Amino acid sequence: MKPAPFEYYAPKTVEEALQNLTDLGYSGKVLAGGQSLIPAMNFRMARPSALVDLNTVAELAYIRPTADGGIAIGTMTRDSVVEYDPIVKQRMPIVAETIGYIAHAQIRARGTFGGAIAHADPAAQLPALSLALNAKLLVKRKGGERWVTAEEFIVGPFMTVLEPEDLLVEVVLPPLAPRTAGSYKQVSRQRGGYAQAATISMVGLDDRDRVKDVRCVLFSVGETPILSKYAAKVLVGNEPTEAAIADVAAYVAKNECDPGSDLHGTAEYRRQLVQVLVRRSLTEAVLRAKK
Amino acid sequence: MTQLVKINVTVNGVSYEREVEPRLLLSDFIRHDLKLTGTHVGCEHGLCGACTILFDGESVRSCIMFAVMADRHTIETVESLGTPDHLHPLQEAFMEKHALQCGFCTPGFLMTLVDYLGDNKNPTDEEIREAIDGNFCRCTGYENIVEAVRLAAKKMAAHS
Ligand SMILES: Cc1cc2nc3c(=O)[nH]c(=O)nc-3n(C[C@H](O)[C@H](O)[C@H](O)COP(=O)(O)OP(=O)(O)OC[C@H]3O[C@@H](n4cnc5c(N)ncnc54)[C@H](O)[C@@H]3O)c2cc1C
Ligand code: FES
Ligand code: FES
Repeated sequence: MKPAPFEYYAPKTVEEALQNLTDLGYSGKVLAGGQSLIPAMNFRMARPSALVDLNTVAELAYIRPTADGGIAIGTMTRDSVVEYDPIVKQRMPIVAETIGYIAHAQIRARGTFGGAIAHADPAAQLPALSLALNAKLLVKRKGGERWVTAEEFIVGPFMTVLEPEDLLVEVVLPPLAPRTAGSYKQVSRQRGGYAQAATISMVGLDDRDRVKDVRCVLFSVGETPILSKYAAKVLVGNEPTEAAIADVAAYVAKNECDPGSDLHGTAEYRRQLVQVLVRRSLTEAVLRAKK
Repeated sequence: MTQLVKINVTVNGVSYEREVEPRLLLSDFIRHDLKLTGTHVGCEHGLCGACTILFDGESVRSCIMFAVMADRHTIETVESLGTPDHLHPLQEAFMEKHALQCGFCTPGFLMTLVDYLGDNKNPTDEEIREAIDGNFCRCTGYENIVEAVRLAAKKMAAHS
């Protein structure tokens, strides 16, 4: 058999899962959709001695529209369920747009919304989306819970603030202000492949078409998804002219990302991709916000 | 001592009760324990799509699931589609359009596509390519597969 042996726990409730994680400590690991963890176990790159399977915890899979216009998503909600949810599509079309770029339909049918964020792959869409939407994450452990912002949650490549006894339980996407829209852009070598560079831009306009709020996130070009500080600094309060956007794109590509070189592209090439993608996604987000 | 977990799985309409090691992959359970060798394994890490099955009606990769995750769930494999005398319209279309050569990838394509064509009755070529973007074929160059899917959609519309 490919994976190394492990002890298997199938809790029925969050309470039970938290108890399992507390009892197991460093030897326990959460199994969500398994779409990243099981391939790693098949290679024996990951050899957890015990797995706590969340697939049997029915209460962790839900989409709940919040009263303020946001959306709360249970960690075990499958990517494909979020992708096709009518309320998500209506309140935050950027979510479905982004999920469409994750791998392939067969993987989105199993992969989970929270699992992808907890995995914190620097090339993954959902950690970047949670940053672009300023998501709030509910983390529980036996006898306690805390809220963490997406910005605080990811601390490095495949590294988060989660301790072995912690469980990510819910992701809350706060409501979008009026006249706010997003745009996703990426370049990858083939459909469903990891991006060589990608951006998600969220832009909010005031009633005179000046930028009220902008969150421009780059990913797959650094150790974590990166929220551009420069975009907010120069665009907020101003008209998002072609020249202003071009300036942001050039600055971000030069100073705010840190792509590596690999077989498929040099760092220099990927910086150039960032410049083009930031320009396109900001431009499209502005157009959509005006509609 | 090795932990064994009792599971109850319905595969192609037959209910099976088995005891399995937690680390047993669903693909290996289907092939070795149930002897349903129509489900193929290529990469065994989620990349190639050869091992695609229907899990509660949805196409998924069986090589990146554990058999224990299938407890009280329903699975269809390629064996559920048709018999040599009565092929499924999708299988007929693959045969007629020469959409397979070695056939290694074919079960994965078929199980991906029965799910897809169930929801999308009349896809464009672009949509067909998107539907099969998670399945590798090293022989055909995909052109004949796309043609077969187009034909299958017509056949399936005529059947319903
Ligand atoms: C061929 C292939 C292509 C892919 N392409 C892409 C792609 O283009 N973009 C992309 O973003 N992803 C891609 N993926 C990965 C996929 O999206 C995964 O589903 C996702 O990254 C992890 O989600 P999961 O639910 O499967 O988590 P799992 O694999 O089950 O878990 C991942 C990690 O997160 C931890 N974890 C999960 N849930 C929790 C929780 N609630 N609390 C605490 N810890 C938790 C686990 O312990 C584990 O360490 C691809 C996967 C494959 C096999
Ligand atoms: S064998 Fe499962 S995807 Fe390749
Ligand atoms: S027919 Fe040989 S791999 Fe597809």
